[in-house]
Amino acid sequence: MVGNNENPFIKYLREDRLPNIFCGGCGNGTVLNTFFKGMESAEIDFNSVAMTSGIGCSSRIPGYAKCDSLHTTHGRAITFATGLKIGNPDLNIVVFTGDGDAAAIGGNHLIHAARKNINLTVICVNNNIYGMTGGQISPTSPEGSFATTAPYGSIEKPFNLAELVTAAGASFVARWTTAHPLQLSKSIKKALLNPGFSFVEVVSQCPTYFGRKNRIRNPVDMVKIFKENSINKRKADKMDEEKLIGKIIVGEFVNKPKKDLIKNICDLSVEQCGRDLAVQSAYQDSFQE
Amino acid sequence: MRTEIRIAGFGGQGVILAGIIVGKAASLFDGLNAVQTQSYGPEARGGASKTEVVVSDDEINYPKLTSPDILVAMSHEALMAYMGDLKDGGILIIDSDVIDEEDIKDFVKEHNINVYHARVNKTAEHDIGLKIVANIVMVGAITKLTKVISYDAAKDAVLDSVPPGTEKKNMQAFEAGYAMDGT
Amino acid sequence: MVKELFVQGNEACAYGAIKAGCKFFGGYPITPSTEVAEKLAELLPKHGGSFIQMEDEIAAIGAIIGASWSGLKTMTSTSGPGFSLMQENIGYAHITETPTVIVNVQRGGPSTGQPTMASQGDMMQIRWGSHGDYEPISLAPSSVQECFDFTVEAFNLSEQYRVPVILATDEIIGHMREKITIPDSVDVIPRTMPKESPDEFSTNNPYLPFKAEENGAPPMAAFGQGYKIPVTGLTHDERGYPDSADFEAHTKLITRLNNKILNNREKIVSVHERFCDDADTIIISYGAPVRSVHRAVVQAREEGLKVGSIKVDTPWPFPEAQILKAAEVAKNLIVVEMNLGQMVYEVERVAGMVGENRPNVHLIPKIGGELHKPEVILSKIKEIS
Repeated sequence: MVGNNENPFIKYLREDRLPNIFCGGCGNGTVLNTFFKGMESAEIDFNSVAMTSGIGCSSRIPGYAKCDSLHTTHGRAITFATGLKIGNPDLNIVVFTGDGDAAAIGGNHLIHAARKNINLTVICVNNNIYGMTGGQISPTSPEGSFATTAPYGSIEKPFNLAELVTAAGASFVARWTTAHPLQLSKSIKKALLNPGFSFVEVVSQCPTYFGRKNRIRNPVDMVKIFKENSINKRKADKMDEEKLIGKIIVGEFVNKPKKDLIKNICDLSVEQCGRDLAVQSAYQDSFQE
Repeated sequence: MRTEIRIAGFGGQGVILAGIIVGKAASLFDGLNAVQTQSYGPEARGGASKTEVVVSDDEINYPKLTSPDILVAMSHEALMAYMGDLKDGGILIIDSDVIDEEDIKDFVKEHNINVYHARVNKTAEHDIGLKIVANIVMVGAITKLTKVISYDAAKDAVLDSVPPGTEKKNMQAFEAGYAMDGT
Repeated sequence: MVKELFVQGNEACAYGAIKAGCKFFGGYPITPSTEVAEKLAELLPKHGGSFIQMEDEIAAIGAIIGASWSGLKTMTSTSGPGFSLMQENIGYAHITETPTVIVNVQRGGPSTGQPTMASQGDMMQIRWGSHGDYEPISLAPSSVQECFDFTVEAFNLSEQYRVPVILATDEIIGHMREKITIPDSVDVIPRTMPKESPDEFSTNNPYLPFKAEENGAPPMAAFGQGYKIPVTGLTHDERGYPDSADFEAHTKLITRLNNKILNNREKIVSVHERFCDDADTIIISYGAPVRSVHRAVVQAREEGLKVGSIKVDTPWPFPEAQILKAAEVAKNLIVVEMNLGQMVYEVERVAGMVGENRPNVHLIPKIGGELHKPEVILSKIKEIS
């Protein structure tokens, strides 16, 4: 867990900010650890990594990482990340977001970034509830699940995020749960290496709110439920829909690299003025024609 | 001296471009000051279209027209819509082929308007062989009949404003307009 | 090479941005601002810059703030409805001290209102539109040349004070064409780097990205330079670490952010006076109505009336000292603006400082999209003289 001195990834953390604000049993620690593992196996230099996030528990993750980070407004992390990436295409931009942040208030930015295939890695920690504001229903809350704003159980249909982003045009999409750290870190590695829009959904536990409201208080039990209810996509594709009710389909949804928007923007600059995009030019006091 | 010009027609006639060319000729090539404005109302597509240009050898404060010294009408509908505030003794340039002069007879007499004829649509279509250059023919006619901009400046402004490759046709159009004597 | 062009105010903003070194524009189409975006979509790729059309105005301002942290000068343009959508992220730019430029070509509102007609109805939204306490900088051009000049100035001010700067223009100035002169080069204020390189910092000498220098603003490193800057919209300390429940931390940060503008107000503000020396009546205006005011003042002087004018280039921060000086000598102040009265509240506030001999403050409002007719101003002058 984050904050544990045994943690091999402590070198990537702002130790002076620890301990973190996450509740005991929260899945965010697993997500951060698997991210670093995926980053190392992708052989990506941590110095090239910049993180952005919106508002919510998972959006607090970047603040603990010892890298450049933008903790932005609710739902908007992907828009900031877009500017950052175009402004300096050498940066590896990772967006940490949650189900409320990415799919409710930020849903439009999510699908458009996927459509444009902008070279970003979005890690969406989906705990099916708003944690930071105290347990309200989210766009991924299962029908019938309880929340402070669904005291009689949710009467809405949830989003299937991995499928939503796939349909919008992302070039890499995967979903795992916190019960699948190894598979998750492998997908994060692929996501980081994919030169386009990559989306990794991590179904995660919020024992404090989702657990309490839905009578699964123990985080270990929650992770166990994830494990037992997960079905790999390859298998699920051959199953009847009704047999999949209540199941979490995990695995790779898309892995089809294609030319991304950032590359097109760089190419346009070369085509129109014969040189690469300007980088860090705000420090110049004159500009060539 | 401050001169206020309104050019009006229907959408698609290139009225706005004609106004831009007049403004450009005055400000970039004649060393005068000029402000060009245009209406952005719902009528900007189809229907009546107008542009207004103020030309002055002094600083132009108020950029809009108070009452035009010159009205150029390329359609009957636009003439009727925008004629009302033309200054007494002002200049009116009309394409007699598209305008029913019977409708403005009283106004012209009452306000002592100097009416000039410029058959720009027919000239563009028959002499140049390109209907869409009627606006450039009109720029030529405005240059000749009002003298608000110089011949050289107007030519330079036309060349500076038309798409590359169309200069020759547009120059022909301009010269055809400049050759008009207003009768 | 000096260039002369006969262009629209919106296009002049685009040329000014290029000259100031803008390398990134994120935008969303909206009348009557769209020509700014269109021109920059054409020009930026020719200058090693990039243009992106985002999915909405919230995304547009998010992108320009993000790109600013990558080390570029950035801009967006919009009008009322889009400017309303941007408010939350404008606050974010203030608290994170992100330089950027927002062109607001004002149109009639509220709501969809009059998309093709001019207005100055956003002056108080520029001042107070985002939540919390902050001090905006805003410039209001009244000619096409000033659209160019003030855009350059907006970039310079945004870099000097690390704030978003709002170019408050309007449909009339944005769409009219006049000659502009683009000089060979303009004065460009570059972003300041921290004096020390990243490896000079240690646990005992930590990097403090939000520690201010003399003018109140901290130097600004870019992402990817090794400084590892934590940027957050939460109230933070000099390290950039959130400290959002502490009364002192919040007071210290927000007071500094406000003071960096207020303490430099005299360096930021700009006004132009005409015939004020012996004037009994002084007319205050900004943006497009300045044009009507100048004509009315010339006519009034021809008729022997002692009238002067103050053209306010920087509505925000409000040029308090300059207006106070006028309030101390004039019997009447007239505010001419294309709204039902916004900046007039500031003028009344400042006039109140004079005390017993305070001048009468009059307002000539106008909504509907057209410029004030000079004769309307002239008759008001006569009415009160």
